[in-house]
Amino acid sequence: MLFALIIIPLLAAVAILFGSPARLTALGASLTNILLAAAAVAFPVDVSLPILTDLGIHISLGLEGMNSIMLILSVIVTLTAIYSGNCPEGREKLWFSSILFISTGAIGAFLSTDIFFFYAFHELALIPTFLMIGILGRGDRKEAAWKITIYLALGSIVLLAGLLLATAHLDSFAFSDLKAIPAEHQNHVALLLIIGFGTLVSLFPFHSWAAPAYASAPVPVAMLHAGVLKKFGLYGLLRIGMVVAPEGMAYWLPWICVLLLGNIIWVGLVTLNQKRLDLMLGNSSVMHMGYIFLAIAALSANPDNSIAQPGAILLMFAHGISIALLFSLTSVIERKTGTLEIARLGGLAKTAPALAFLFGLAGMASIGLPGLANFAGEVMVFFAGFADWSPADGMGWVQVTTIIALWGVVLSAVYMLRAFRNTFQGPLVTSTQYAKDIHLDEKVPAYILAGTLLIIGIYPNLLLNLLK
Amino acid sequence: METLPWFLLLLPLASAVIIQLALKYSATASSMLSTLSVVVTFIISCFLIGSTAEGYQPWISIGGLDLGIGYKLDQLATGMMIVVTGIGMLVHLFSLGYMKDDKAKARYFAGLSLFMFSMTGIVLASNFIMMFIFWELVGLSSYLLIGHWYQKNSAADAAKKAFLTNRIGDFGMMIGILMLWGVMGTVVFADMNVGHFSGLCTCLTGAIILLIFCGAVGKSAQLPLHVWLPDAMEGPTPVSALIHAATMVAAGVYMMARVFLSLGITPENMEIIGNAPDVIAWVGGITSLVAALMATQQDDIKKILAYSTLSQLGYMVMAVGLIAPEAGMFHLYTHAWFKGLLFLGSGAVIFSCHHEQNIWKMGGLFKKMPITSITFLIGTAALTAVPFTSGFYSKEGILHAAEHAHNQPLFWLAVCVAALTTFYMFRLFFVAFLGQARDHGAEKAKEVPLIMWLPLAALAVMAFVSPWLSQSILPIAQSWDLNLHVMPPMNTAFFASIGAFTVGIAAAFVLYFGKDKDPVNIPLFRNKFYCDEFYARLIKYFQDALAAIIHFFDEFLIAGMIVGGLSRSATGIGNMFRRYAQSGNLNSYSFLMAAGVLLVIYFTVFY
Repeated sequence: MLFALIIIPLLAAVAILFGSPARLTALGASLTNILLAAAAVAFPVDVSLPILTDLGIHISLGLEGMNSIMLILSVIVTLTAIYSGNCPEGREKLWFSSILFISTGAIGAFLSTDIFFFYAFHELALIPTFLMIGILGRGDRKEAAWKITIYLALGSIVLLAGLLLATAHLDSFAFSDLKAIPAEHQNHVALLLIIGFGTLVSLFPFHSWAAPAYASAPVPVAMLHAGVLKKFGLYGLLRIGMVVAPEGMAYWLPWICVLLLGNIIWVGLVTLNQKRLDLMLGNSSVMHMGYIFLAIAALSANPDNSIAQPGAILLMFAHGISIALLFSLTSVIERKTGTLEIARLGGLAKTAPALAFLFGLAGMASIGLPGLANFAGEVMVFFAGFADWSPADGMGWVQVTTIIALWGVVLSAVYMLRAFRNTFQGPLVTSTQYAKDIHLDEKVPAYILAGTLLIIGIYPNLLLNLLK
Repeated sequence: METLPWFLLLLPLASAVIIQLALKYSATASSMLSTLSVVVTFIISCFLIGSTAEGYQPWISIGGLDLGIGYKLDQLATGMMIVVTGIGMLVHLFSLGYMKDDKAKARYFAGLSLFMFSMTGIVLASNFIMMFIFWELVGLSSYLLIGHWYQKNSAADAAKKAFLTNRIGDFGMMIGILMLWGVMGTVVFADMNVGHFSGLCTCLTGAIILLIFCGAVGKSAQLPLHVWLPDAMEGPTPVSALIHAATMVAAGVYMMARVFLSLGITPENMEIIGNAPDVIAWVGGITSLVAALMATQQDDIKKILAYSTLSQLGYMVMAVGLIAPEAGMFHLYTHAWFKGLLFLGSGAVIFSCHHEQNIWKMGGLFKKMPITSITFLIGTAALTAVPFTSGFYSKEGILHAAEHAHNQPLFWLAVCVAALTTFYMFRLFFVAFLGQARDHGAEKAKEVPLIMWLPLAALAVMAFVSPWLSQSILPIAQSWDLNLHVMPPMNTAFFASIGAFTVGIAAAFVLYFGKDKDPVNIPLFRNKFYCDEFYARLIKYFQDALAAIIHFFDEFLIAGMIVGGLSRSATGIGNMFRRYAQSGNLNSYSFLMAAGVLLVIYFTVFY
């Protein structure tokens, strides 16, 4: 079953390249995958297929708590990504097969229980991402494609070095054999992993690839990368980094704290100054990565922190769904009004009330309104920050960082409400005067994602129970 | 009994959801559904008076964290529920008339129902996280209702301002909750105990209380976060009555009362939280004075009432800071009815004067709208603490609390505020209701329909009887040494109160009786101490300028120089490869990838 989750989108992508009806095949594959994922999460069975046995490498897949949630995230975003965006005439093959290739890579990476394939699947997913930006991107697509390629390639190489260094001490690639490596090597490995994984997650100051890439990328690619693929780095840090080098992570704790505040405060202010919706959302996505790093910081300070990891996973899920929804709706706004310049929009709620409702809901989710999934994740991360606080001893690194990070909640409300105010409220302007409301076709992905945010927001235990 | 409070919480939610999903295009049905839900919750609330019960549903439970949605019915909660659902019901009825011709009536009533749900959640909350959840949700419903006429720039801006200002307060509150959890090990009110504070520095315990108080500063619009409330008057007037006068803005006082009572902070052990109570009392006191000064020079009938609300909230916060949360709650309770009355009265006036809000364009309304005018006068009497009205008894309570705490400065400050209150309220009454009509709207004004004056009449009755009902509704007042006598004891507080009233009404009579334009002009008060201008500059020249500078550095330093340099050199390398491979730039990536795979194999085989 776990193999099928990878094989189905892969076969569908190949079939599309050989002339199968693109959209239909993609939809069929992603729907099948949703059902399969549900079944797999309900009845988890580990599988292993030995290849390259001489090198001790197997494709081995397994489901535990953490990656079950990442799997659910992947299949939901894949389905909605297929529904979103505007495929240029005649490019259906490239468009839909790329989506499926990215999905294959993401699902493969999250299901792998072996470092080699964990890494390789992620790289597989990146190639179609670069191609789609380079070929079908908008605006300065060459520059954006280059930037993301260079960044992620360099990040991947640093990561590879870190992983190899770690496995050299472990003599195994299997996740089941992961354990803390000798203390004297932990600091190097932790640093390499933080920079390597960090670059993939747009950790400050390795973040400037993200916003332009998302703004330029075709919408499904932005949804899949910001929503799913980017979480690979965080998942890796939690699944591998924290296990092989806990003391190393603790050693770099002050740096992690400073850098994550760079994401939240520095990039938060950068987001405040954006004039286009897509760039604003791209930057906000970078900013919100800081909160997940906050959970990682809490975990680095004390690996026994029992709130940090579930909080991080919940927030990764919530952020993935909400950013996918926001990117999807942004493309709808552009289609209806012809612009994403905030200054050229206004009053859209009058002509497109359903679109305003959905965008408002997604925006509120992303700024952490209770009742929507992101709040549950954020609140857990904040509690994780104070879980190891002993009041008599004053504040530690993690507590001070949590307090400063909380200001980001104000910052994100400022930019999101400003954008909503200037896009949807106020009097109508030329671009919005005759704009049509969101079409039924475009509503499908929006309702799936919005519904997920609501369900998980109202009852987070639904997802958290998978982690027990 | 155990399930009844859940209905209290979920009925309004169901109403909001059904309207949003099914009744969006049928205005009448949605208004009826929303009103019905609030009537039922009012009946349930009456039924629950004085009962105690608890209920709990897990929400996040993993690791060492157990957060849940639970209710805790006690005297504080059931009393507050009567205020919320009672005024909520009357405001719904009033709205049926006031919003009759509004194009987005369904959205309006969905918003009201959402508000009733959120406010009920705050009142019933058995733990701090649940309170925070609903705290933010009332913020959302307030945002939606202030922005009801979102096509007006002023309304859209006011909604945004309200939400963001509250967020700043909530920032502090969340830190406070986290720290309190760190100390107490629980977020459940019933399990908190001031004993956990012993042994800790009062700088820490005081900071925790003040951080939590930040939430109240935002929600109850205390200085320096008061600026959103006057702007919130952009919303429909019934909303101003319900949310921005009677209930939501009082949530800060309710929350602080809840915290103080749960922790068990009393005048005897208050030194354990350092001088946090003094800070709270002075924030409230200064707010009440400054807001009253601002109110004396406003011309918009709703703005006058808004500043008056600020001022009265300042009173309540002051009482909480004087460790007399019962006195604060008692004033909250009486104030809710008479301020609701005044706001709905102003709504009736605005409705009849064709949406004219400037008191100088009214005049002579007493003859044309007798019911509205008489009820408005009753509300004014209660607000200005005329003996035998509800406001008199609760204001006595606050003065008494200040006296009891031996805080002479705050006592006399409160007396000054009482005089100012009488002054600005009778200024309003003389100008708007007496004299001659000064504009077409006021000339053609006529009495509002039954559905609108009935709530006014009901509230007017409550302006007299509410203190006497408080014995059963708000049993908390029993534990406190304000014994309600028809004739209160002749002490300093009594004479100061009467004196303040006399001075205030005399000044208003001399300056404003029969006047056609304002003889007084104090720009400082008229321009609200220039707070809005100051904040606007702070945002423009600090936050936005900083954002622009950071953005510049981000783009040109990190992205442009460091990464751009890397990227350019990589492009160079890429071009080099292209010369060999004759294909796209991205080939270099494939090369790196292949090199990576080779490296893996190399390491695993030979290392």
